[in-house]
Amino acid sequence: MKPAFSVLFLTTLIGMGQGLLIALVAGQFYFVIGSGFEQDSGDFYAKGSAVALVLLGLGLIASFFHLSHPERGMRSIMRWRTSWLSREVLLLPACMGLAALYGLIHWFDITPVLITFGNQKNLDLSMAVGFLLAGASAFLFITTGMIYACIRFIKEWATPWTVVNYTLMGLSSGFAAAAIIAALENALLRDFLAGWAALFTLAAFAAKGFTLWRNKHLPAPFSMKSAIGVHHGHIRQLSQGFMGRSFNTMEFFTHVHPEILHWMTALMLVFGFAAPSALLLAGWADRYLPALIAALPIQYLGLLAERWLFFAQGRHVQNVYYQRAS
Amino acid sequence: MSRKQLALVIDLNICVGCHACVTSCKEWNTSGWAGPLSDTDPYGADPLGVFFNRVQTFEAGEFPHTETIHFPKSCLHCEDPPCVPVCPTGASFKREEDGIVLVDYDKCIGCKYCSWNCPYGVREFDTKQGVMKKCTLCADRIYDETLSEERRKPACVLACPAGARSFGDISNPTSEVSQAIRDNAGFQIMPEMGTQPANHYLPRRKTKLVIHDDELMRADNPLLKEGELPRPQLSDPFLDDVTSW
Ligand code: SF4
Ligand code: SF4
Repeated sequence: MKPAFSVLFLTTLIGMGQGLLIALVAGQFYFVIGSGFEQDSGDFYAKGSAVALVLLGLGLIASFFHLSHPERGMRSIMRWRTSWLSREVLLLPACMGLAALYGLIHWFDITPVLITFGNQKNLDLSMAVGFLLAGASAFLFITTGMIYACIRFIKEWATPWTVVNYTLMGLSSGFAAAAIIAALENALLRDFLAGWAALFTLAAFAAKGFTLWRNKHLPAPFSMKSAIGVHHGHIRQLSQGFMGRSFNTMEFFTHVHPEILHWMTALMLVFGFAAPSALLLAGWADRYLPALIAALPIQYLGLLAERWLFFAQGRHVQNVYYQRAS
Repeated sequence: MSRKQLALVIDLNICVGCHACVTSCKEWNTSGWAGPLSDTDPYGADPLGVFFNRVQTFEAGEFPHTETIHFPKSCLHCEDPPCVPVCPTGASFKREEDGIVLVDYDKCIGCKYCSWNCPYGVREFDTKQGVMKKCTLCADRIYDETLSEERRKPACVLACPAGARSFGDISNPTSEVSQAIRDNAGFQIMPEMGTQPANHYLPRRKTKLVIHDDELMRADNPLLKEGELPRPQLSDPFLDDVTSW
């Protein structure tokens, strides 16, 4: 498939934003159920939500570049019953709304207690909105992944691992971003966030490694026999029926030298996973701030490479009809 | 199958790969009220254009035992079209009344997601109008009562000089297309994709004439003399004379 830059930025940016929101809510929850009575300031959560909002907003803007009729964008929520794409379009603004609410509640410190449990723990408004927000963010991960995983004509994508990968990479970059904000704000959550960021990055590394291995061993994506219904063991294409280009020869192929694919894979593995997990571990264990800060931009480059490869290496069934350009 | 399902049946045994269906399709559909099927640089070095129908050519076997297969392909108007439910706007839809899969150009946002969900690669994006396009089975002419009855067919069907294309309701078992599918082992392409394409293809059929030696050499001519047999004499016995009734 052809990677579209709008989609590369959309998926990586909102993934990081969702991960950051889940990190904030997880952090707040960690203190709420903890034994002590310590908690980070509302400012920290508000600033974190603001950063997440910016990331989600940038993703939303990037998504508009993918549409040729963005003015009709509102229509794309019509088919949420059947289309994962439609569900994503619905959930993204919902997440942004909840994130804004969550940030405002923390900023103005509006924390009326909603329920008090038997163990004297309270569920206040900010935590309740936080749960909603984390749920929406998690579901948004699923919808983004399912947009690709539900296309059964691209075997590289049609697997639950697509959803797992999208989620883990989002969590890893989101927790890393949260750890940086925590470090800059001198928040108590810094170690909690940095540690989990490192763990998620390692988990994403493992899942990606497994997916690479899986995709190497896929059966042939298509069969000439059933494509044209001729029962012969040796069929080749003589002509694609036209000279020049068509939508089919452009949208479904990435014409790059195989060498470039190798370099991109190396870039993805080192920048996207290996280097950031080492830096995050250093930033967590040694509390070394420059390492913590450096991890994120390096990882983001790697994730862009990952997303580019995800598209470039997806082989669509329709390519069976374009085995020969002439 | 009880609902009406219009479809094309394409006979691969007849198609000669002349591309008449391609050009007539383009001509009809680029001239309609839905706007042109845009081309960019059509006469230049790098032409790019939208077509609903394309003919490709394949070869089976190895020289000298080869066979050339011309293969026309347009939207197959699947009975379970994977391209339809994924469309976020509802611009892609399958018509209840005749099973034609269509795109509403006024609703499409150009996200291209439907094209990823068609295994046959028959949806083409119009970069100038910014919407997804595909075969409409000439929905704008098959019901046009200003045309004479036999002209109310898709442009490609009318154009085919060899008569390889036919059009009709495949859910009606007595229709011409249903009979053609039944009688000639009509098949669907990529049935394993679960799309149940409505368009069918008829296979290549080889008609072999077997001639035995005794058909060239007359076996009932023991004297090996050609020419008229001598007329019997009047005195020769008749059949009546030798048969006891
Ligand atoms: S052939 Fe492709 S575009 Fe046409 S109905 Fe089937 S899946 Fe949809
Ligand atoms: S390109 Fe148009 S028809 Fe296709 S899925 Fe997007 S909105 Fe629907």
